Amino acid sequence: MIFLQSLWQTIPDTGSYMIAGYAVIFGIMFIYLVSIALRYRRAVQKLEYYQDQVK
Amino acid sequence: MNTDKPRLLTFLDVLSGMLLTSAVLMVFLYAPVERTMGAVQKVFYFHVSTAWVGMLGFLAAAVVGVLYLTTRKIKWDLAGYAAVEISLVFFLIAIISGSIWARPTWNTWWTWDPRLTTAAIVELIYAAYLLLRAGVDDPARRARFSAVYAVFGFFSVPLTFIAIRLLRTIHPVVMGGSNPGGEGSFSMVAPMKQTFFFSLFAFSVIFIDLFWHRIRLEKVTSKIEELRIQLMD
Repeated sequence: MIFLQSLWQTIPDTGSYMIAGYAVIFGIMFIYLVSIALRYRRAVQKLEYYQDQVK
Repeated sequence: MNTDKPRLLTFLDVLSGMLLTSAVLMVFLYAPVERTMGAVQKVFYFHVSTAWVGMLGFLAAAVVGVLYLTTRKIKWDLAGYAAVEISLVFFLIAIISGSIWARPTWNTWWTWDPRLTTAAIVELIYAAYLLLRAGVDDPARRARFSAVYAVFGFFSVPLTFIAIRLLRTIHPVVMGGSNPGGEGSFSMVAPMKQTFFFSLFAFSVIFIDLFWHRIRLEKVTSKIEELRIQLMD
């Protein structure tokens, strides 16, 4: 009986939630990484401008 | 001011990328699928790791807050701001990914459970830290207020950690104890444990890498501010 029950027991299909979870994790991480890179690039450009002005 | 990227930081970038890739491969190819929850349980590895990064950053902000208050060196203030920003992002990821995991496990996206509630409070406390910084113009005053806030704000972080161990909650306690009332509990087999600890390690390295990048950005921004004031005078 237990053997038959284990045969009928199936793993629930929650793959779509897993995909959504990892999409959120990687999506936000990616946006944050890009934001740091862009902000740094802009800041360096601004710094160069101000350094030229001070000279 | 030297804005060139240090070699060690480039190495850390590569290492972080490799560790993240390895962690992803372990999650999807090595760790087995949990029987009662199915594939969604795999969110657990990065859900906990992102929450870990969040807590690590809040701790770093409190430590550098104390360092600022004792030394009054502005570099500690910049580090504190960098740490809080990273942690806010990663803690938000943990909250959202947890909500997605909760939907098939608890049959709801959100419930006012002690763990979820305290996590939301922590996120709001540190979001207010950013508002506080934005509201104070004087750099020394801003640094002092931020340091005090970060030190006191950190008291909310251990509360989130122990909430599921002390209070009645449906949030599972997977490591360091058990929660009989927890829904979505599972016992970790060896490959799950290895994947979990590897993910924690990978995200710790990613935190250090991001922290360094973020501090560099703050240093440049601070220098711009200094030059701007110099030009205005």
